[in-house]
Amino acid sequence: MSSHPAIDLKGITCVFGTPGAGKQAYTAVRDASLTLGDGEFVSIVGPTGCGKSTLLNVAAGLLVPTRGNVSIFGAALAGVNRRAAYMFQVDALLPWLTARQNVSLGLELRGIGKKEAADRSESWLRRVGLASHGEKYPHQLSGGMKKRVALAQVLVIEPQILLMDEPFSALDIQTRQLMENELLEIWSAEKKSILFVTHDLEEAISLSDRVVVLSAGPATHPIAEFSIDLARPRDVTEIIHSERYIELHKLIWNELKEEVRKSYARSMGQAAA
Amino acid sequence: MKKTWKLRVWTVRITLLVALLAWWQIAADSSNTTRFFIGTPLSVAAVVYHWFASGEIYYHLGITLLETVLAFLLGAGLALVIGLWLALSAFWSAVADPFIKAVNTMPRLILAPIFAVWFGLGIWSKVALGITIVFFIVFFNVYQGVREVSPVLLANVRMLGANRMQLVRRVYIPSALSWVFSSLHLSVGMAFVGAVIGEYLGSAAGVGYLILQAESTFDINIVIAGILVLTVFALVLDLAVTLLESSLLRWRADSA
Repeated sequence: MSSHPAIDLKGITCVFGTPGAGKQAYTAVRDASLTLGDGEFVSIVGPTGCGKSTLLNVAAGLLVPTRGNVSIFGAALAGVNRRAAYMFQVDALLPWLTARQNVSLGLELRGIGKKEAADRSESWLRRVGLASHGEKYPHQLSGGMKKRVALAQVLVIEPQILLMDEPFSALDIQTRQLMENELLEIWSAEKKSILFVTHDLEEAISLSDRVVVLSAGPATHPIAEFSIDLARPRDVTEIIHSERYIELHKLIWNELKEEVRKSYARSMGQAAA
Repeated sequence: MKKTWKLRVWTVRITLLVALLAWWQIAADSSNTTRFFIGTPLSVAAVVYHWFASGEIYYHLGITLLETVLAFLLGAGLALVIGLWLALSAFWSAVADPFIKAVNTMPRLILAPIFAVWFGLGIWSKVALGITIVFFIVFFNVYQGVREVSPVLLANVRMLGANRMQLVRRVYIPSALSWVFSSLHLSVGMAFVGAVIGEYLGSAAGVGYLILQAESTFDINIVIAGILVLTVFALVLDLAVTLLESSLLRWRADSA
């Protein structure tokens, strides 16, 4: 185990668009700092469009911040974060590959032999319950099955860090709770460090060790964080009835609701202008 | 209900066809002059029968098919390479833009005489003409295919470990090919048109050549027979493309 945090974001600022060229520069994130401990599960919550995904993209190395430092296990990040896997909000499977080919893609890209790649993707397909659907193309799978393939696709490369951008928001509530429980099971078995972005406070509390609240955009930054001291292992369908959960929910919602209100007022203002 | 409807459609279709042929035959029988201009259905049928019975037509069909296939493969291959290059390079795409527009706007059939001078009367002048037509259809599809790749898909494959070359091979090319495959009907059809027009404008073999020969001796029956054979051939080609398409685009929602 490393003594360094899995992800350490320091003073991150992201400005989009060049000022002066007729366009107004947009500061999505200003001076945001955030750490994700080794083996920790942290959720980021905030109003819609507040720049949560921007922070995740910075941690992934897909977006270079205008200012600030990113270190991954103590080393400065340059280029794409090779120790992390990223699960996107929208469907990102390759439509021309079967479920099995999608899962083994990451292994092939890393130059792992055919035999080993096939074995490892087979075992992940089985683990997400899709062993008999390996030859199907994404369009032949349901929304929940596609999410399972996506989960297998990122986990097969055995990343130390898992970045998740509202991965289950498009699913119906039952499928979503199933997937959440599965994610918790995988997380505790594999000891990944997970940074999870969501706009759903209930999801954040029931999954995480720690919940970070972001301010309304623009110039988003963390305004509060809460340690979630609920016992593990957890069942997301049960835990929401516990007293401590309800307490925590109230506490965090108090912090969050003002930001949601601001964000809403701002979007209405823009619509009126 | 559905069955009787189908039966009625077919009955009317066949009646119309027979009526058309009968009217053609009657019109042709009315005077020698008319017959000279429109031929007769029976003589056309006799020409077609003779072609297939003697086997004479297979050589010419083979030549036309060879020209079509070569024009398609070479035109599509060239378009794939250049399309990928321009779609992935903003600079060269900007440089090439006016040239592409100019050449694409030019009526390219007019190049046929030049190609005949350059490549002679053999198959290569027809292949060259076909290439100029096929190239642009495939080129624009490749370009579109590369540009339409979703940024999330790219980010996903990059996160899974792809370098620049792997992105091209695993994402851009399959995406471009899916656009090329979905325009196969058009591009193969146009390769065929290029081959036949090329033959018609000067050649030594092919179905277009048969029509050209017959026209110079005013034998309208052979001209019509040639057109008929070409039409049926084009339909068969289109059917082959449909079969190829459904196996190549198995992963598409609408082909399943």
